[in-house]
Amino acid sequence: MLERLLIISAILFCIGLYGVLSRKHIIAVIMSVEIMFNAVNVALVAFSRYTVPAGLRLSGAGTDAERFVLEGQTLAVFVIVVAAAEVALGLALIIALARRRDTVHISDLSTLRR
Amino acid sequence: MAFDNIFSEIVFWTLAVVTIGSAALVVHLRSIFRAALMLVVSFLGIAGLFAMVNAEFLAVVQVLVYGGGIAVLVIFAVMMTRDVDTGNVSTAVQPVALMMGAALLAALAYSIVQAEWTVLPDSLPGPIATVFVETPTQLGRLLLSDYVLAFEVAGVLLLAAVIGALSLVRERTDA
Repeated sequence: MLERLLIISAILFCIGLYGVLSRKHIIAVIMSVEIMFNAVNVALVAFSRYTVPAGLRLSGAGTDAERFVLEGQTLAVFVIVVAAAEVALGLALIIALARRRDTVHISDLSTLRR
Repeated sequence: MAFDNIFSEIVFWTLAVVTIGSAALVVHLRSIFRAALMLVVSFLGIAGLFAMVNAEFLAVVQVLVYGGGIAVLVIFAVMMTRDVDTGNVSTAVQPVALMMGAALLAALAYSIVQAEWTVLPDSLPGPIATVFVETPTQLGRLLLSDYVLAFEVAGVLLLAAVIGALSLVRERTDA
């Protein structure tokens, strides 16, 4: 089960990588980056559910279990926050650039100056 | 949810195919607008995958943030730019990009299959099972105790991002 989810995550990541490298429209590049973020989140959640953290005692009182078991999901929450900030700023940049330069193709946007 | 019956297998594979297929369409479709819609489908598929591996809170967050907020943002940006219908063309390095993606996928798949994972069983041992019964409660407790500094920094980051985005897209009247 862990392997399945990791393979799905790897496929999504490589689709995103291919999109980032090969697309010309700058919004398509941003969308590919979002696919890569999601691939990482799938891997984090899969590890959180299916692997045993090194510091966890499986027997005994479960007082510290959630501290280790949910580490992956906590990191995934922060990845989502950073991805949201990134996409908001990235799209604002794109709109400002498209207004000023009248193009959305990355080959025409190799400098940020006017 | 344990993977003990044929029904959950079917749901899992359907979600996997939908997620990967729509992600592939995002980088393949010519129309940016349709690619953006396919991106939303992919996000929702990932939310379903989260729900199947005891990450119910993250599944809801995924639908709200990605399926809602980021989807609206991307579609707005698509509508405010040009070359929407035929814009999603390839650059000159497309064959190289395809080779790099395939090579990375082969390397990742090989190491994932070869690695010897210490995997928890589908029926979880006692203390871990109690955590996965109520993940939102535990996550909230964790975010406001162990990770409270990162939590506050994330809030500041979002504020800075919103202010930055506003100042970037503001129409300059003094120019």
